Amino acid sequence: MKPLADIERRLGEIEDGAAGHGAAAAAELLALGEEVLEHWVVAKGVEPTRETREGFRLLALHRQGCAGDPSFNACRETCRELVYHYNLVTGDPQHDAAAQRLLMMTMVANHLFLFVAGKMQVAELGDFCCASRPLRQDAAPLESA
Amino acid sequence: MSAVKDKYQKVAYYPGCALEGTAHSYNRSTQQLGKALGLELVEVKNWNCCGAMEVKNIDPKLQTYLSSRVMATAASEMNMDVVMAPCNGCYHNLKKAEYDLAHDPASAEVVDRLSKKAGHATYQAGQVETIHALDWIKQGIGEEGLKKRLRNSLQGLKVANYYGCMYTRPRHIFPEKDQGPGSESTSKPHFMDDLLAAAGAENVEFPLKTACCGGAHTLSDSDTSTKLVLNILRAAEAAGAEVIATECPTCHSGLEMHQVRAEKKYGQPTKVKIIYFTQLLGLALGLKPKQVGVHENISDSLAFLKEKGLA
Repeated sequence: MKPLADIERRLGEIEDGAAGHGAAAAAELLALGEEVLEHWVVAKGVEPTRETREGFRLLALHRQGCAGDPSFNACRETCRELVYHYNLVTGDPQHDAAAQRLLMMTMVANHLFLFVAGKMQVAELGDFCCASRPLRQDAAPLESA
Repeated sequence: MSAVKDKYQKVAYYPGCALEGTAHSYNRSTQQLGKALGLELVEVKNWNCCGAMEVKNIDPKLQTYLSSRVMATAASEMNMDVVMAPCNGCYHNLKKAEYDLAHDPASAEVVDRLSKKAGHATYQAGQVETIHALDWIKQGIGEEGLKKRLRNSLQGLKVANYYGCMYTRPRHIFPEKDQGPGSESTSKPHFMDDLLAAAGAENVEFPLKTACCGGAHTLSDSDTSTKLVLNILRAAEAAGAEVIATECPTCHSGLEMHQVRAEKKYGQPTKVKIIYFTQLLGLALGLKPKQVGVHENISDSLAFLKEKGLA
């Protein structure tokens, strides 16, 4: 599992076109996506799954990352778009729009990276999305309790 | 006229807090669009905050109560059976409250207790139907109805439709979606695409239409929000879009503000314009830019719209 900074740098290289084209680059982007999700799963103290879902480990890792954390579903469609673009690029590498599809796939992979990296950063302070865990723990019982 | 179409001709309007503040142009354009289409909006009396993310994260049942009060007012005091919420956050929270009240007796007990304490009728699941502004136009007017009323085609306008993450998530609170032809999809939403295409726009293939804009990070971690937004803006431009059409005030203001911040902080300017779908449809119906609040957007699109013959 590469450090997140290395993944970010590699995504930049692929976007700049300096790191291969076509099916090979698409396969690498998919693998980078898996590594990003591995970071999240490992940070939660879980062994990353080797299983696949709908034929893709990325989707199985996403599902694993959602366990007990429904807000992680915010990147569900991003993961599915990554798989979709992988299929587009590898299914027809000679297509006229292959380069455009790879560019879009790179940006989707980058979004997954940014989302997970940001979420991990915030998770150090407490829970994702506005409320911090200390605030919740220390608060007096509320009206509805 | 179909039953649904008929039902959506007059709906209770729940603008929510954002539309009275940073998203005033969304409020203005939604109301103007309704008038232009002959759809009647009746604002929910004395409405309150839906509980947003802040209350929901600290006390989810309190959020359920707050959202239920809005629906209770519409149902019991206004005798309305449809509540339309243009804000994704409000729409999501009302749908979540509806789901909780139908499936969780503990939530229903809390809502009943707090409603009695506050002195208003307790909302019962199913009393109203909550819809988004997209449902309102799509089902209340439809593409064909829209085409008949067009005065300015959006032809030549390349649009990336951005729905944000709360319009379709989590799927279980939107039982009407994913019901086959004619219904909205939670995986690849298309209602905004359908409406803008009917108005003549060219929708580009945009893979980040439901991706997170970092709205929740805006205060706690602005840099992450800026990077997420920058990626969305760059992807839209790479997809060939001149405009990002929005339908959520949080996403919209996030895109606008972080577009400015991305240029200042990271030296990465983007040119894509950010415009509410209600503004675009209003312009297509012949409304003036000021009538739909183009001047109230941070993203200055007036010169661009003039160039396109829409202003």
